[in-house]
Amino acid sequence: MNYLYYPGCSLHSTGRAYHESMIAVFKALEIPLEELDDWNCCGATSYFSIDETEAFALAARNLELAENQSGNGNANLVAPCAACYLVLTKTQHYLTTYPDIKNKVNDALDKVGLHYEGKTSVRHPLDVLVNDYGLEEISRRVKKPLKGLKVACYYGCQVVRPFATFDDALYPTSMDRLVKALGGEPIDWPLKTRCCGGSLTGTIQEVGLRLSRALLRDAQKRKADILITCCPLCQHNLECYQGRINRKMHDHIDLPVAYFTQLMGVALGIPEKELGIQRLFNKPHFTVEAPMKGEPVHA
Amino acid sequence: MILPTFAFIYSNNKHKTEKKAVVRRIKYEAELDHNFGEHIAAHAYGERLMSCIQCGTCSATCPLSHYMDYTPRKVIAMTREGFKEEVLNSLTIWLCASCYSCVVQCPRQIHITDVMYALKREAIASGYFPRRLPIPVLAKAFFNLVKRNGRNTESWLLVNLYMRTNPFKMFKESILGLRLLLAGRMSLIPDRIKRRAELSTILKAVQAGKGASKS
Ligand code: SF4
Ligand code: SF4
Repeated sequence: MNYLYYPGCSLHSTGRAYHESMIAVFKALEIPLEELDDWNCCGATSYFSIDETEAFALAARNLELAENQSGNGNANLVAPCAACYLVLTKTQHYLTTYPDIKNKVNDALDKVGLHYEGKTSVRHPLDVLVNDYGLEEISRRVKKPLKGLKVACYYGCQVVRPFATFDDALYPTSMDRLVKALGGEPIDWPLKTRCCGGSLTGTIQEVGLRLSRALLRDAQKRKADILITCCPLCQHNLECYQGRINRKMHDHIDLPVAYFTQLMGVALGIPEKELGIQRLFNKPHFTVEAPMKGEPVHA
Repeated sequence: MILPTFAFIYSNNKHKTEKKAVVRRIKYEAELDHNFGEHIAAHAYGERLMSCIQCGTCSATCPLSHYMDYTPRKVIAMTREGFKEEVLNSLTIWLCASCYSCVVQCPRQIHITDVMYALKREAIASGYFPRRLPIPVLAKAFFNLVKRNGRNTESWLLVNLYMRTNPFKMFKESILGLRLLLAGRMSLIPDRIKRRAELSTILKAVQAGKGASKS
């Protein structure tokens, strides 16, 4: 299958480690991946608060570029950022449901010789790895199993809601199954799709931090060694503000937060440098020391 | 809600004198904007708005409802009934983080998140939002940046946001910014696409198309 890569703006800055680790994992698994040429911003949530039609046109340009670049027209556009993934799937959904919006967008695209047909499938790397590539093949390639590592799998909001079809909208399991295939232990965690606060940590921080805190506290209470995410904004929120949460709310949160592709890369034996592990503020330990003789093994 | 005050009553008790206003607490039918509901429902995915059964599932599932001035269920009801001023002035629409939990749970399949977007656009267009509230400022700064460059550069966006809302906050945030910079997680060089002219032609054509369909 032919995959085109849509990094999105975040993976060029705050999400750089996500970019690096994803490329490394795809390479290690020998899945060909080619970057979409001259992609533009998807529009994110902010653009939709100002001008809806322009936002759809922005997103549609990317879908159309993918159609052109893939040659046969049936492109698989891989968008790792949750917000991009949502906006691109939403645009497809809207343009199919509302032909008049589609016509408006196409009138604008026609001006520069582009035309949106709707043949591109927007995919999340989690979906590609678990459903196209397959967990069996992944576990066969594991070099350093994550033995005993308790992992809190955090999906966030926008990868599974509301247009995605590859997993459940409220209690997804793809990442948990992936962690199992890597030899780790996913913890049972009902908050895995609860909102981390999104951009509120930058705008109304007092509220944003409280949402992040609820997630971190609960993951810690359930004895997670590490929390993994599939969204650059979630990773930023959950990792960067732990100190501030502890100071402001007298808490004791200390939980490494990494991208799921980083954890995967470690298990596949890719050197940490290539996975951007050095960019994390709270360095995770990927191996759990074996319990001493006579010590109870935690369940 | 600005409602008429009818009288003031002074209640004296042992501890203090209190002034209380006698106010009409409800709005009369005549004071509502009866077209408002239909107007919002006309936006993309708004059409099911009128079928809300007021079950409150959205408010229960919303992670932000306890910070909101009106819960999502109330916003839906008030929009439908024409409480335009109250809804557009509310913080609820700006607190909505677009997490879509309400949408997947709503028994009437109402796209509540998109109703919130429609209300945000309406509030910005009619100048209702609080001037220094950072959320619409962020949205606008983002909009302008993407329009110009085709991509967003987070460092520029944040500097822009803090300059317009709270310059002191920039110093508070600068330590985190520096750490991100050192970890290679932030870049100061603006990210741009190559064919910027192409993008701006598309966006201009969208506006032109809108003008044509209106007249
Ligand atoms: S969940 Fe849907 S039907 Fe129930 S109150 Fe909310 S919008 Fe109305
Ligand atoms: S999308 Fe908005 S209103 Fe709906 S549950 Fe999330 S924050 Fe609440």
